[in-house]
Amino acid sequence: MKELAGTGALIRLILRRDRILLPIWIVLLAAVPLSAAVSFADLYPTAAERQVFADTAGNNPALVALYGQVFSPSVGGLTAWRVGIVPVFVAVVSLLTVIRHTRTEEEAGRRELLGGGVVGRNAPLAAALIVTVAANLVLAVLLALGMIGQDLPAVGSIALGLAFASAGCVFAAVAGVAAQLAEGAGAARGIAISVLGLAFLLRVAGDVGGEDNGLSWLSWASPIGWVQQVRPFDDERWWVFALAAGAFVVLAAAAYALSSRRDVGAGFLPPRPGPATASPSLRSPLALAWRLHRGLLLGWTVGFAVMGAVFGSVTEAASDILNDNPQLEMLFERVGGQAGLADAYLSAIMGILGLAASGYAVQAALRLRSEETDMRAEPVLATAVGRLRWATSHLLFAVLGPAFTLAAAGLAAGLTYGLSTGEVGEELARVLAGAVVQLPAVWVLAGIAAALYGLLPRLTSLSWAALGAFVLLGLFGELLQLEEWMLDLSPFTHIPKLPGGEVSAEPLVWLVGVAAVFTIAGMVGFRRRDVG
Amino acid sequence: MNGNDAILVSGMVKTFGRIRALDGLDLSVQTGEVHGFLGPNGAGKTTTLRILLGLLRADGGKALLLDGDPWREATELHRRLAYVPGDVSLWRNLSGGEVIDLLGRLRGGLDPRRRADLLERFELDPRKKCRTYSRGNRQKVALIAALATDVELLLLDEPTAGLDPLMEAAFRECVEEERESGRTVLLSSHILSEVEALCDRVTIIRAGRTVESGTLAELRHLTRTSISAELEKPPSGLAGLAGVHGLQIEGSRVHCQVDNAELDGVLRHLTLFRVRSLTSQPPTLEELFMRHYQVEQTAGGGLEVS
Repeated sequence: MKELAGTGALIRLILRRDRILLPIWIVLLAAVPLSAAVSFADLYPTAAERQVFADTAGNNPALVALYGQVFSPSVGGLTAWRVGIVPVFVAVVSLLTVIRHTRTEEEAGRRELLGGGVVGRNAPLAAALIVTVAANLVLAVLLALGMIGQDLPAVGSIALGLAFASAGCVFAAVAGVAAQLAEGAGAARGIAISVLGLAFLLRVAGDVGGEDNGLSWLSWASPIGWVQQVRPFDDERWWVFALAAGAFVVLAAAAYALSSRRDVGAGFLPPRPGPATASPSLRSPLALAWRLHRGLLLGWTVGFAVMGAVFGSVTEAASDILNDNPQLEMLFERVGGQAGLADAYLSAIMGILGLAASGYAVQAALRLRSEETDMRAEPVLATAVGRLRWATSHLLFAVLGPAFTLAAAGLAAGLTYGLSTGEVGEELARVLAGAVVQLPAVWVLAGIAAALYGLLPRLTSLSWAALGAFVLLGLFGELLQLEEWMLDLSPFTHIPKLPGGEVSAEPLVWLVGVAAVFTIAGMVGFRRRDVG
Repeated sequence: MNGNDAILVSGMVKTFGRIRALDGLDLSVQTGEVHGFLGPNGAGKTTTLRILLGLLRADGGKALLLDGDPWREATELHRRLAYVPGDVSLWRNLSGGEVIDLLGRLRGGLDPRRRADLLERFELDPRKKCRTYSRGNRQKVALIAALATDVELLLLDEPTAGLDPLMEAAFRECVEEERESGRTVLLSSHILSEVEALCDRVTIIRAGRTVESGTLAELRHLTRTSISAELEKPPSGLAGLAGVHGLQIEGSRVHCQVDNAELDGVLRHLTLFRVRSLTSQPPTLEELFMRHYQVEQTAGGGLEVS
């Protein structure tokens, strides 16, 4: 137990540092399903109405891809289905919390400060996992109580709460392992988020083909899939929790084993020596920015290409459902039948990828801030490099990087979908356009990050809050019957739904203009403020 | 305005919120000299350097760097100077050699022979990734990048804080060479022996204000020589003499500090008791420093902890 000495003190430290962040995300993530339940009860008061909704939604591949399969047409069942994407967010905050209190601390050298005291080598990992698991359990309790308060069945409410928590716990343990493998916090986050992306991808691929398609086992390989396989409010399958618990135990044990075997500050890949002199091209702030951004950009581009390929290749199978069901076909006639469904599915996927690409844009733009606070901007700005030149060399990646990642996803999806329908030439261009048309909205987020950086540098993390708000507006805004003007706040509301939708240049030009104004304001502010 | 000043700062004020980091600071560094910039932690040394680099904007006062405005002409001025930060933080996945080259090139190029020579003298392996360097090695990277560049002015912020004594000696040699080749050096430090060994002139600051400035000889003049003597018989009457401080008498042994102006009278008095041995030490910078420290402590009724 010596390896765990000091865990209690570290738990208190984490609670002290996260005393605002932790309650905010718990309440927010519990509030979304609760408001969804209220909306469903409001919008579809009778069982017959809910049945019609369940039939249409449950067979619409775009909705199935996003939220999973519909298991029960009850208010609880529909709510559980509609909030099926929230466990992904629970997983994101859980994994970020664990890495923030393990590898980030180590990278900053604060772990060493603690290591000098009576703190066991596994204590930081244990403390981070305990706090994150506890936070997830609080979320489960809040959510269950809230759902019961809406007069929903208690058993289903508890199952839903626990299912959310199980996603958070599994990915907390994934982050625990990632924090041991990678030497930097950025790389650890990258590993953990990639695993989450893969889990989401598996769930989508397993679900869109319908229950009897040969791929449905894929969902069972995904912790995000398990959340839905619990089937809250339908016929709760409690044994599915054993899978999550098992995964948590195995991953946490692996993280402990790895943590006891490595040096503080080190990862598992031994450092290799670098070149003794810089290559002739490393002579400008842009060349430096390329060195700092290229790994991240490559990772995102590959990830997007893989996602595009998977989503594209299941499109055909997803829209095939209608062939066997003339009744459904009539229902979907309105949106253009099978081709319309495929388009709707692809445009929904592209919308999600646009939100994800904004995550990259914000991350790349905020590199400016971390370079500054980690005192790495100072040596560069003390040379003959002007502030604007330094800042724009990083912002270039926030602007052009998302173009690369979205183009990669669009090409991969267009190619795989085109191959499955036999019309590569036509589909490739249409799907690629659907991906690239997201860019103006992505740039607005890059602009928000740049503006905050230049004008309110201490509040740069608000750019993540803005992205989070746009995600919520995009996924739940309509369901929650928010006012038109609130939905219009999100740049993604103004992006044409491609392929299939109408395109007009006006909103795109406006978005690019807004992004430009934000960026310029940020740069003007940055030229006038103190650095460091 | 004096054309010989590489740096001329007068009445500089900088506030961070309610904290007044610089409170009317004066500093003048003549071209070609090595100037010591002394002060306890938090006195405002780094803030001053950052203002001179145009990273921070002063709230008041005047600053002239190489006859230019450090805020408005930052980029042009930076071609003519090199800076070593006190807390060097580097890009984790670049090698030390890459960082040296990059920083040198961003300043307008560096001398490859000097670079190789400095790598050898500082015993730095340039192939290692920056994340594996210790604090001292990161400091060496920044020092080599600065010293291998052909510039007029070096701004060094506590450059030896992480270096071992051997490397500190190598650093002193380098600064001597810089002086001989006519460069101006502003060396911020709280290591007094280093400043004493290297600097022509010194500015001492405290709580954002200049408390003393001048050559070491001038500063010493203001202070006391410490004297230890062994006499044949126990002395008397010493305490009554003008200019004697901190008198300690143990039998026939005497230890005290004497104002330099009164040295003659005190020595005459000592000879009355037959001096067997006598050691005298000029005031060290340390004592100078401590005196300012203590004076403020008693005058201010308490020391600001910074």
